[in-house]
Amino acid sequence: MALTIKKVEHLAILSRLTLTDEEKESFARQMSDILEYADKLNQLDTENIEPMVYILPALNVFREDEVIPSTPREELLANASVAEDGYFKVPKIL
Amino acid sequence: MNREYEIVVGLEVHVELKTKTKIFCSCSTEFGAEPNTQVCPGCAGFPGTLPVLNRKVVEYGIKTGLALNCEIAEMSRFDRKNYFYPDLPKAYQISQFYMPICKNGYLDIEVDGAKKRIGITRAHLEEDAGKLVHQGTITSTEYSLVDLNRGGMGLLEIVSEPDIRSAQEARAYLEKLRAVLLFAGVSDCKMQEGSLRCDANVSVRPRGQKELGTRVEIKNLNSFRALEKSIEYEASRQINAIEDGEELFQETRTWDEEKQVTRAMRSKEDAEDYRYFPDPDLAPVYVSQEWIAEVSASMPELPDQARQRLVNDCGLPDYDASILTLTPATLKFFDEAVTEYNQPKIVSNWIMGELNRLLNVNNMEIEDSRLVPGEMVKLLKLIDAGTISGKIAKTVFEEMFSTGKEPEQIIKEKGLVQISDEDTLKAMIDDIVAANPKVVEDYKNGKEKAFGFFVGQLMKATRGQANPAIVNKLLQERLSRE
Repeated sequence: MALTIKKVEHLAILSRLTLTDEEKESFARQMSDILEYADKLNQLDTENIEPMVYILPALNVFREDEVIPSTPREELLANASVAEDGYFKVPKIL
Repeated sequence: MNREYEIVVGLEVHVELKTKTKIFCSCSTEFGAEPNTQVCPGCAGFPGTLPVLNRKVVEYGIKTGLALNCEIAEMSRFDRKNYFYPDLPKAYQISQFYMPICKNGYLDIEVDGAKKRIGITRAHLEEDAGKLVHQGTITSTEYSLVDLNRGGMGLLEIVSEPDIRSAQEARAYLEKLRAVLLFAGVSDCKMQEGSLRCDANVSVRPRGQKELGTRVEIKNLNSFRALEKSIEYEASRQINAIEDGEELFQETRTWDEEKQVTRAMRSKEDAEDYRYFPDPDLAPVYVSQEWIAEVSASMPELPDQARQRLVNDCGLPDYDASILTLTPATLKFFDEAVTEYNQPKIVSNWIMGELNRLLNVNNMEIEDSRLVPGEMVKLLKLIDAGTISGKIAKTVFEEMFSTGKEPEQIIKEKGLVQISDEDTLKAMIDDIVAANPKVVEDYKNGKEKAFGFFVGQLMKATRGQANPAIVNKLLQERLSRE
């Protein structure tokens, strides 16, 4: 299952990554290998098996609707690359 | 609108659920807080945090589903919708894509007396995104600011079938949906605060054609009016394009409120690719029959039931009942007033007439008003007692509405008590009749208008405070002696 350069470029756009031509080629190769490896699973007969979406035998892991104080804003914004007036500051988005 | 074409609309409505905390963390959902003060490492998307589902959100999901006649899924679960945008710090939104909690419901609407059933495809739970604040205008801005207070609030997205055939039907659907959600008590549904948001999928097709036309999604619909106007605009744009032989393509457009047009938002090349997959951080949700029964038992009266009750038990016309059940606050006002004053039609007339007029003029909701049902009842009783006329009562009512004062106090302060004293009125009538011999002649010659002239003069002299019934009686007597 070979991954095309075009597909890698599409994924790069979705991931907001800029790739060089060499990177595109090497990622295409590497990702194809990964897919091929995972593709082996398709050889298994899963006809009558429910898809597993959660690894623990748990259902309904809930919390009650009770407020816990949020993180102080200075602490929260301390992790931002840039903050201004209590906001996270980001490049303009259209 | 070109009659050769049929408009086909489906609505996607997002409602913010009225829980105290967010869907996956314990941050408060209170509206209007300072930016980024209701955020924790979880809803800020810090690595290593884990979501834990709010039980109440699921309960509200079940409740809404039942109110919208949906099947409640025994098993539902959450998926990740991946996309990059700064209002979404995790770079994915947790949403029920594959297994929504509610499916296959419907809502009955009415347009110009014609009833219609609109199918509801699904309703699913998800988290809201944060809010971007742009500096300057959206095009001139150098950067954006992010407030994550709204990020992670519990939403229910309700998707209708493409059963809607006009802008009016779309509006009726959204109004009815809002009423149901308000009555069920699951959301505030304030469009201006964003707790009720609507996107419309619009296409057109030649009448009689089975296949659907190319669909366009319109975003940024912040009012019932915007919904109606944008559908009308978009449908004619599509019809014109088809008539001109242009090709339509599936796209997302935004409603430009100022110019009253829809504008293209994203190009085809950026076609959405969300790469949904089950969120491994969250256990599936199992809703037992017992849980459904429990929620069902706690369901308050819904708009259609209330409407029936007003018609059957209060003897109101169906039209009145439909207006009084648009919001639970209106119905509560009516019910409370009728408890103290058992004349439903009179109460209904005042709510639908004067009260709604004042609310509209002031752009207010009934729950924001200072007027309480008990005070309105006092006013109605003062009319019955003959203390004031119905006309003066409207003036008093307006004053009550704006000041919150009691009617008696307003009547006293403004000297509005009705003049019913016959001697006083007789003397005034004598004066007016004496001063207008020509009109008396007219009256005797059979001119009906002349009578009205005298009533008018007397009302003018008493600043509208003369008791109209007594004035009529006295004036008849007086003029018959001429």
